[in-house]
Amino acid sequence: MSLKLGVPSKGRLMEKTFAWFEKRGVSLSRTGSDREYAGKVEGIDNVQLVLLSAGEIPRELAAGRIHLGVTGADLVHEKLPRWEQQVEEIAPLGFGQADLIIAVPNCWVDVDTLDDLDAAASAFREVHGHRMRIATKYHRLVREFLTDSGVADFALVDSQGATEGTVANETAEGIADITSTGETLRANHLKILSDGLILRSQATLWRSREAQYSAHDKVTLETLLDMFDSAR
Amino acid sequence: MAKRSDIQARAAMMRVRFEAAGGQVVDPPLLQPAGTLLDLYGEDIRARAYVTSDALRGEQMMRPDFTVPVVQMHMRDGAEPARYTYSGEVFRRQEHDPDRSNEYVQVGYEVFDRDDSAAADAEVFSLFALQLRGLSLRAATGDIGILIAAVQGLKTTERRKAALMRHLWRPRRFRALLDRFAGRSPVPASREALLASEDPMGFDAPMIGKRKAAEIEARIEALREDAAAGPISDTEMVGLDSLLAVRETMPFALEQLRDVAVDLPQISPALDRLEARIAALAARGVNVHDLDFEAAYGRTSMEYYDGFVFGFYAERRPDLPPIATGGRYDALTRQLGNGAEIPAVGGVLRPDLMLEIEEATQ
Repeated sequence: MSLKLGVPSKGRLMEKTFAWFEKRGVSLSRTGSDREYAGKVEGIDNVQLVLLSAGEIPRELAAGRIHLGVTGADLVHEKLPRWEQQVEEIAPLGFGQADLIIAVPNCWVDVDTLDDLDAAASAFREVHGHRMRIATKYHRLVREFLTDSGVADFALVDSQGATEGTVANETAEGIADITSTGETLRANHLKILSDGLILRSQATLWRSREAQYSAHDKVTLETLLDMFDSAR
Repeated sequence: MAKRSDIQARAAMMRVRFEAAGGQVVDPPLLQPAGTLLDLYGEDIRARAYVTSDALRGEQMMRPDFTVPVVQMHMRDGAEPARYTYSGEVFRRQEHDPDRSNEYVQVGYEVFDRDDSAAADAEVFSLFALQLRGLSLRAATGDIGILIAAVQGLKTTERRKAALMRHLWRPRRFRALLDRFAGRSPVPASREALLASEDPMGFDAPMIGKRKAAEIEARIEALREDAAAGPISDTEMVGLDSLLAVRETMPFALEQLRDVAVDLPQISPALDRLEARIAALAARGVNVHDLDFEAAYGRTSMEYYDGFVFGFYAERRPDLPPIATGGRYDALTRQLGNGAEIPAVGGVLRPDLMLEIEEATQ
């Protein structure tokens, strides 16, 4: 057996992950054609690269099918309710920064805080006969955040993409999504609530607490962690 | 863990006792339409109930409790007065605590009776105490109706009272609102700026979404009205604080609450009801002098209860959820009754936990 390292299979997240490891003496690369999800690891023995969708990495870590994995804190917190028991954070990687936030239309001049949102939701339900809808793909995190903050009369509606457009299309009244620069929010005439920050996220290297580690794997893991430390 | 067959046998035996007390057996479906439950509980229920669906009936929930279907059934075609009993599985999602069951048996008893609320409260409590006899449990009681009366009688605006009522079951939010209405917490800067603005609607952002300009204007108007209203008085605030702090055996609790009624006279009718309940419990043989009463009891976990509330706890097993819980839910019958309403009280027991405690003590 070998130590399995799960890395996002495409795009900037993959490239930046490869660069982060390269800087620490571990060279990761894809092999074969552009479309083939196979990889190669150089600079350390007994490590196998597994290319996966970033969204599947939390589940694979929790199931112990990979030992290490790179994915955003947002996805780990959303998909693993008991994440502290299932994974250990080894290192934030310094890229892929994004904040999970609550945003509402700019024209809602009366709504700046969660307290305002709650009051507006109450009135909205009376006028329209249904709860105020928040579009998101982070159902668990958003529900817990709003419930903890004492916001009532909201309903989450699922949105897996183009979430910022749901308000203008009147399929939701507000959104909860990740943003890095706020550009898309501004373009869609949305503003972030002043106390509407749910989670600060970035790409992070996690270790599975559920996976089986052979004696050899443990040595490999130690070596790898030493390489990360000495690069600091 | 008790054996499944033992739990079923215990549940059947307990249901027979409730039948003997006059309960008619009912058996609501395992799958409940999601719409009613979502409307009632909001998004919270998604975190607690299993949702499934098909193309024909849409979203369905695995029965998270019996009370809602039993109330619906009674409001549709029940005779009056009515007593119901049931036993069966309920299903609860568990995301944080792997030791909590996601499927367990409840046995319940519900009374729909207009005549004598105190007697109905006492009937349910004493039947539950009888079912639990022999287990060393602590009983806790409370009365959400007293807090409701206190809030509804505050000398402040209707809007503030409605906001407090809406968050009665969320103690932290309730406290934050109360502090604001009493002028004890600062007004957020953004709100101050909004209220100071001559023309708050004179922005150049496009109007998007379903919430229209008139609704935004109405909220600004409501905020202005609120800013102009005086704070809730210190007398009333002290009254509310001492009310929520009452924690005594029943007769002493009543005495303390009568003192609170000097500052909050609006709670007196609710206290008369508490007094009548104490008498009705005593008449049923309940030792009210040893029975705990907490004015704040039932505010966090029992959202549809609006009067008498009770629970039975295994004190030596703080890891276990309550063995039995119940209370009065008059407002729920109104919400599910399409205009009709009837006073109702009831509760549920957990035979699995009873067996677990019995096994541990043997």
